[in-house]
Amino acid sequence: MKLPADKNSKEESMTNSPERRGLTRRELIARSFAAGAGLIVGAGFVAAPDAAWAYEATALKPETMATLIRMARDIYPHDRLGDEFYVLAVKGYDTAEAAPEIEAGIAALNAAAQGAGHAGYLDAGWEDDRVVILRGMERSAFFQKIRGGLVTGLYNQKAVWPLFGYEGESFSQGGYINRGFDDINWL
Amino acid sequence: MVAKFDLNDDSVVLIIGTGAGGGVLANELAQKGVKVVALEAGGRYLPEDYINDEWDSFAQLAWVDPRTTSGDWRVARDFSGLPAWIVKAVGGTTIHWAGASLRFQDHEWKTASHYGHVAGANLLDWPIDGAELAPWYEKAETKLGVTRTGDRPGLPGNNNFKVLEKGARALGYKEVHTGRMAINSIDYDERQSCQQTGFCFQGCKWGAKWSAAYTDIPRGEATGNLEVRDRCHVLKIEHDDKGRVTGALYVDKDGNQHVQKARVICVAGNSIESPRLLLNSASAMFPDGLANSSGQVGRNYMRHVTGSVYGVFEKPVRMWRGTTMAGIIQDEARHDPGRGFVGGYELETLSLGLPFMAAFLDPGGWGRGFTSALDGYENMAGMWIVGEDMAQETNRVTLSSTVKDQYGLPVPDVHFDDHPNDIAMRNHAYKLGEAVYRAAGATRTFPTPPYPSTHNLGTNRMSEKARDGVVNKHGQSHDIANLFVSDGSQFTSGAAENPTLTIVALAIRQADFIAGELSRQNL
Repeated sequence: MKLPADKNSKEESMTNSPERRGLTRRELIARSFAAGAGLIVGAGFVAAPDAAWAYEATALKPETMATLIRMARDIYPHDRLGDEFYVLAVKGYDTAEAAPEIEAGIAALNAAAQGAGHAGYLDAGWEDDRVVILRGMERSAFFQKIRGGLVTGLYNQKAVWPLFGYEGESFSQGGYINRGFDDINWL
Repeated sequence: MVAKFDLNDDSVVLIIGTGAGGGVLANELAQKGVKVVALEAGGRYLPEDYINDEWDSFAQLAWVDPRTTSGDWRVARDFSGLPAWIVKAVGGTTIHWAGASLRFQDHEWKTASHYGHVAGANLLDWPIDGAELAPWYEKAETKLGVTRTGDRPGLPGNNNFKVLEKGARALGYKEVHTGRMAINSIDYDERQSCQQTGFCFQGCKWGAKWSAAYTDIPRGEATGNLEVRDRCHVLKIEHDDKGRVTGALYVDKDGNQHVQKARVICVAGNSIESPRLLLNSASAMFPDGLANSSGQVGRNYMRHVTGSVYGVFEKPVRMWRGTTMAGIIQDEARHDPGRGFVGGYELETLSLGLPFMAAFLDPGGWGRGFTSALDGYENMAGMWIVGEDMAQETNRVTLSSTVKDQYGLPVPDVHFDDHPNDIAMRNHAYKLGEAVYRAAGATRTFPTPPYPSTHNLGTNRMSEKARDGVVNKHGQSHDIANLFVSDGSQFTSGAAENPTLTIVALAIRQADFIAGELSRQNL
């Protein structure tokens, strides 16, 4: 079992949003190309098509980052979670130290996708097709590293908890003794 | 006035570990005027320090020193470096425990007699029985403030209990209630009543749950007879040429090594560290480790037949709200070999927060099968199976030949293979647990594999005869009169019940024995 990644990094928001840097959606698209599967990859960054968020890759190639984000969603797909949560869950790999292993792993993922008749992992349009590719490599150290990291990297983000109904800390609110510990009404 | 004893004071009783066994023993002896030094590997954390956050709390409290695992149990595959989820702190795992406080059933003291020959199992009768322990159980229940014992009322049922209860009643179960819990239903013993906060496993921030950390330890210290040294990890127990133990070598929080002399030594480091310490204390006189003439030190490791069942319903349950384990079905706890196994099991409510649910629901699982289950988290109810597992000589704690800890000592390897009886019981419990939730309207159920062990038992077993075990009916080692074992590693068998109440009862009883033997000059 792994401890969650550095607490500060998980609390940190994506401060390098292109909007903060004055980038409009039009400019964003002008500077980039669609990476497939709904992400936009530009010079040094990965962004949502609506510019709701963007991540500026520092050590990883932006295409690699985009593929990693898609891989993360395919491993733990929750349709009610936006991509930004998956970005936060994997951005810890965007370091000089981690990059070589991640680049190699994503290259292997793309090679496996090509072996299955796709141009690359992001070009496999159906989740089912991508899952077949992942199943083929699920025993690899790379897959297990990404999957294991997501268990805490994704589910230990406090911002995702309300999307599952989970209420988190309760002591400061006096527990649930007056807030519905026994309020079930449908049994 | 907190006591301070000299390292060379060889009149003290030295206790290693301050949990349900060591922490209670330390206080009980101090109350009787016995001078006690307690060495605790972990630090001090009190209710104001506890954290309502699963991973942050784990980082604060869990024993995460390196350990290895082997055997066919699934924990060895899913959590290979973490065989047990227990606490490293003053008060030990009484900070983390959920509070379930059940007495053994009478037949569970005498499993060899009642269950007969079970191939591959190393069953043995305890040298004591339920009648002998009854007065000590009553003292333990009074100390812990156990609900539904004495005149203490039960806790109110939370949503998770109500779902369990509805399904259980639909199946015709009769012994269904909110448990006998060491969590106050009313103010008791200077501790307030439960505020239904959840996070029982993370330390009770109200102090409504009994823990040695904020009851027995400070009360013992207040007598002036107890000195607790925290962040002091014992490396080795020393002995003289007569074969009596004389003191313990430990490393303090600054990394300095000391020897504390003692008249009596009581080992209470949990069923993994206690045998490890005895084995790591091997000498020319005791080449197989201390108290090990039987060869049983480290053997017969038990961890209960566990597993969980979660059910997803059409509407919200919000199982995390309220007392985590205040709900139980006891009808299956009986011994009834007609079910295809010996011994029995309890079904108790359990909940995990979203972060731990993701880690434990199906370790290694991924894809929509997994995530659609988590999507139903708000509508989930949960229960835990706790049943009697079979002692096996080959399930054991040994010293690793390859991995060393931060002090250069071999780490413990925890080897466990499920016995066929364990597997049959778990499968039976899964089926019934799922039936309970189906009967309450579940649309999907999950037979969830065991978590890292919280109930670690049996590795210094109690026996009537010296050749069969490590300690006698008082927890005194058969081989060395002034060496005691004071934790759950004494257990001869595991029974179906959560072990803390029995550990506490044995510790109170042992304190009376040690104090008596000291005054009779027998120690």
